[in-house]
Amino acid sequence: MRHLSKALIVVAGLAVSACSNPDRFGDQYADGTGAGGAGAGAVAGTAQDPQSPLYFQQTIGDRVLFAVDQSTLSPTATATLDGQAQWLATNVEYNAIIEGHADEQGTRQYNIALGARRANAVQEYLISRGVSPARLKVISYGKERPLEICSEESCYAKNRRAVTVISAVPTS
Amino acid sequence: MRVFLAFVAILASLAAPVMAQDERSGPLRIEITEGVIEPLPFAVPNFVAESAQAQEMAANITRVIAADLTGTGLFREIPQDAHIARVTAFSSPVQFADWKAINAQALIVGGVSVDDSGKVVVKFRLHDVFAGQQMGDGLQFVGTTDGWRRIAHKVSDQVYARLTGEDPYFDSRVVFVSETGPKDARQKRLAIMDYDGANVTYLTDSASIVLAPRFSPGGDRVLYTSYESGFPKIYVLDVATAGRNVLNAADGEMSFAPRFAPNGQTIVYSLTTGGNTDLYQLNIGSGQTSRLTTTPSIETAPSFSPDGSRIVFESDRSGTPQLYVMPAGGGEATRISFGQGRYGTPVWSPRGDLIAFTKQSKGRFHIGVMRTDGSEERLLTASFLDEGPTWAPNGRVIMFARETQGAQGTSSLWSVDITGRNLKQVRTDTGASDPSWGPLQK
Repeated sequence: MRHLSKALIVVAGLAVSACSNPDRFGDQYADGTGAGGAGAGAVAGTAQDPQSPLYFQQTIGDRVLFAVDQSTLSPTATATLDGQAQWLATNVEYNAIIEGHADEQGTRQYNIALGARRANAVQEYLISRGVSPARLKVISYGKERPLEICSEESCYAKNRRAVTVISAVPTS
Repeated sequence: MRVFLAFVAILASLAAPVMAQDERSGPLRIEITEGVIEPLPFAVPNFVAESAQAQEMAANITRVIAADLTGTGLFREIPQDAHIARVTAFSSPVQFADWKAINAQALIVGGVSVDDSGKVVVKFRLHDVFAGQQMGDGLQFVGTTDGWRRIAHKVSDQVYARLTGEDPYFDSRVVFVSETGPKDARQKRLAIMDYDGANVTYLTDSASIVLAPRFSPGGDRVLYTSYESGFPKIYVLDVATAGRNVLNAADGEMSFAPRFAPNGQTIVYSLTTGGNTDLYQLNIGSGQTSRLTTTPSIETAPSFSPDGSRIVFESDRSGTPQLYVMPAGGGEATRISFGQGRYGTPVWSPRGDLIAFTKQSKGRFHIGVMRTDGSEERLLTASFLDEGPTWAPNGRVIMFARETQGAQGTSSLWSVDITGRNLKQVRTDTGASDPSWGPLQK
């Protein structure tokens, strides 16, 4: 069992590092896993293993949502981020890229800047909870990578997000 | 595809039959004004094929000229099957009475020859039918067969300029983002096309997100934003070779929304660091950068005035995105948008008199224009999502992207003139967004 779980982590590490370029849209499109930014891609590991990126994504929650035009963290968001910070404190072999997104209401350029604000709000919060700044990167996709594609508030609400994507610490 | 064009004035102007001046005083001229206009009727019989190989090309060139002129909304073609006179030789005397009888006010007559080396010679004359006179010199263009559409646009440009008194715009290109796939897996590529959607060439593949290309003033280079490195960074691409260079940014910085200054050397752009987006400028030659704004708000979408002295941009320093003008070197900015709603993507007209923008109000998007002090705001379009205006080289027409609503939504390019008339889609084979209209080609 000990061997098996180690093997799983190695596989997870490989899978994540192969996708450490956050714009791996082409790959995702080809294998049909969607393209909601890197956060929507397949994540290795099992949801039962608290050390796996999949556990981080599904059990702790890899994303927080924002109100229209806002980058303020809600109490729900900070609760999720507390869990993220704790996980990152335990699992030091992983870093994270925080992806900021906007809904389609807004111009392309403004939404990139708005997504950056959201990603930055998450980054600052995680740092305030003890995560080393060196382990966190931010990127904004603006409105380029919606998860939900209807043109209604129910979809927009899910697209106004910041997603914390776990990646392996570079070995070199 | 390289096209060499040479103007040759056809000096031996025909002795047109002398006719009495009609009641109209002054030359034939269509005034482009704010009011409703009646399109000016013109006739363009098929250009005469002056060599055996020229038959098809002569007909094609004629159709492109007719499409250019009618596409402006300022001219109406009298169909060829209504023509009475037949033009069988470029130098035949013009039968003005026959053209007058079908109420053609302007008549374009031309000839096309193609030789074995692929050299194309196109000549034309423009006539004022009711005055019974030729308007301006006859001209001859020399090019190659693969550049036939450009030669046709050159003829149209001459006709448009003579009939409107305005600078023309048909022989120009548009760089844009070609889009395929659904909204949540959209593939984007940089592409370049003629202003009318013909001759599409792809400049990048779809491996990375590419955004908002912008032509250099000379049309030889394109600035754009790509996620190629994993993060948004600005690239400059040589149009002729498609070779590209990244403009360096530090790790952890995101740069986007670039635009050239009129000198073609300086660029202004947005740079995000620590979640805050400000405007910077960079001299491409020296690599020297300077920061233009220092606020905690978002500053983006900068555009220079044509004299290079000022920059209009978008900022949410007041709480919502609005338009501001500041000196090109930075300094105090003046807010110019005061209407209800959110304003973005301002673009200074090449004439210097107007600023085009995107406006979001009550759940709808609009393309509009205002004077450079923000007065006389006019909305030209309305839809679910209109965005990103770009000016025709003569400052009379605006192209923009329109995205349709819902899960099946797609983006396409549209044009509208600055009076709000003649809204129409620009034909593209794929979805399309982020147009940037280049200069009139030499």
